[in-house]
Amino acid sequence: MIVAEIKPFGEIKDILKGYNKVLIVGCGTCVTVCMSGGERQVELLASALRIARKIEGNEITVGERTILRQCDPEFIDQIKDEAAQYDAILSMACGAGVQGITERLGSISVLPAMNTTFIGVSDGQGTWVEVCTACGDCILYKTGGICPVARCAKGLINGPCGGSQSGLCEVSKDNPCVWQQIYARLVKLNLLHSLKGMSQPKTWPVHPRRLVREDLRLKKEPTKGV
Amino acid sequence: MGFREALDSGKFLITAEIGPVKGTEIDGLLEDAELIKGKVDAINVTDLQSSVMRLGSMAVCHLLKDRVIDPILQMTCRDRNRLALQSDLLSAWVLGIRNVLALTGDHPTLGDHPQAMPVFDLDSVSLLRVIGRLNEGFDMQGNQLKGAPDFFPGAVVNPGADTEAAFEMQIIKMEKKIEAGARFFQTQGIFDLDLFERFIKRIEGFKIPVLGGVILLKSAGMARFMNKNVAGVFVPESLIKEMEETKDKVKTSIEIAARLIKGLKNLCEGVHIMAIGWEKRIPMVLEEAGL
Repeated sequence: MIVAEIKPFGEIKDILKGYNKVLIVGCGTCVTVCMSGGERQVELLASALRIARKIEGNEITVGERTILRQCDPEFIDQIKDEAAQYDAILSMACGAGVQGITERLGSISVLPAMNTTFIGVSDGQGTWVEVCTACGDCILYKTGGICPVARCAKGLINGPCGGSQSGLCEVSKDNPCVWQQIYARLVKLNLLHSLKGMSQPKTWPVHPRRLVREDLRLKKEPTKGV
Repeated sequence: MGFREALDSGKFLITAEIGPVKGTEIDGLLEDAELIKGKVDAINVTDLQSSVMRLGSMAVCHLLKDRVIDPILQMTCRDRNRLALQSDLLSAWVLGIRNVLALTGDHPTLGDHPQAMPVFDLDSVSLLRVIGRLNEGFDMQGNQLKGAPDFFPGAVVNPGADTEAAFEMQIIKMEKKIEAGARFFQTQGIFDLDLFERFIKRIEGFKIPVLGGVILLKSAGMARFMNKNVAGVFVPESLIKEMEETKDKVKTSIEIAARLIKGLKNLCEGVHIMAIGWEKRIPMVLEEAGL
């Protein structure tokens, strides 16, 4: 999932300076699962904002909505009419959600309430860890299903640097050296030989990337150049 | 005789290491180099060691070359993408630099510009492969060069990796580095000769020259600091005690280093001395070691 965390309350208050009617929109997918931008968090943030602005003598009208996915036009359309009644939308989704609404609704300010942190998984109650950089060229079949591009601080694909101590990364003692995890996993799977070949330098993606699936497009247009 | 010729001659190799200063004051550094000139086969010049911004390795290597000292250009993958790495290699060649040591490099967060973007476009293995390609007259895309270098590439290995997985991965990566063209290895500082012997036995089949690392201990405190903070360095308690109890730290430090060098002489093809500020004492170490 995409993991995101809510911005500090002071920053959100600053972002909303000058706006008096704001619709907070939660997202029902990733950020609901990582408990940062779902229905419950929308409710809490809305209350906090109302109280804070009331204390300041500068009251704000806050609406609350949560849609299933802010990265999908179909769901964004559900708030189209309601959004028209507000000065701004405060999105509690990842950066894709904020921009999804921006693209679809056009004429209203869409502001982020979140910092999008990474693509990750939960590895304990209340903890998440980055596991994928969406590099676009997956090598997990060579590394026992554990990604060195995302989980090695240097993104090394031919084995570790010499910097680990007691199995921990030189950059952060909170992180295990992923290459040692890869080693242990491959030993367990009896696949250590898959590490022997040299991994070629990666071809880095050019941003922004775009994915076109001809088989899924509504109007079948001939592919360019054919 | 340059480093490559010394290695081919089969003599016991001696290299030392100097770290460029933060700034442009280079007199001290060149003085140190002059003092050890003729006593070592080559001098490594570090590449922004510990990720601290400072004078570059290439410029200092060039200055050493001017003083008839064969430099080993240390080149990390931390700060340059593949364009800059290849271009810098060509630049180094035209400046007279013949030996390159390919390293991954420390992460920027460990240095004095922790906000910097870590590059690591290539890694030490692919950098060695690229050096080989340049030597053949091509860049890594296969484009032909107008005039090719003929570098003597080397690499590093950490024989003191402290877990089974870390040690085994060092061996796997060392093999890849040899495949990618490394012609010699320099190691992290060694204080435990038994552990090092275990490593040497393990890589016997690789048939590659290894220069064992020797760090000059300045104090017991430094030894404890390294044990805690420097990956792969393990100073045994007996040596720490020796440094603690001595009345003459310099003398004891030199004795310990000389003892290690004598031990290494029976185990590998050379030594790489990291004096870390005590470069002036390298001649005394070598004399004490009978070299």
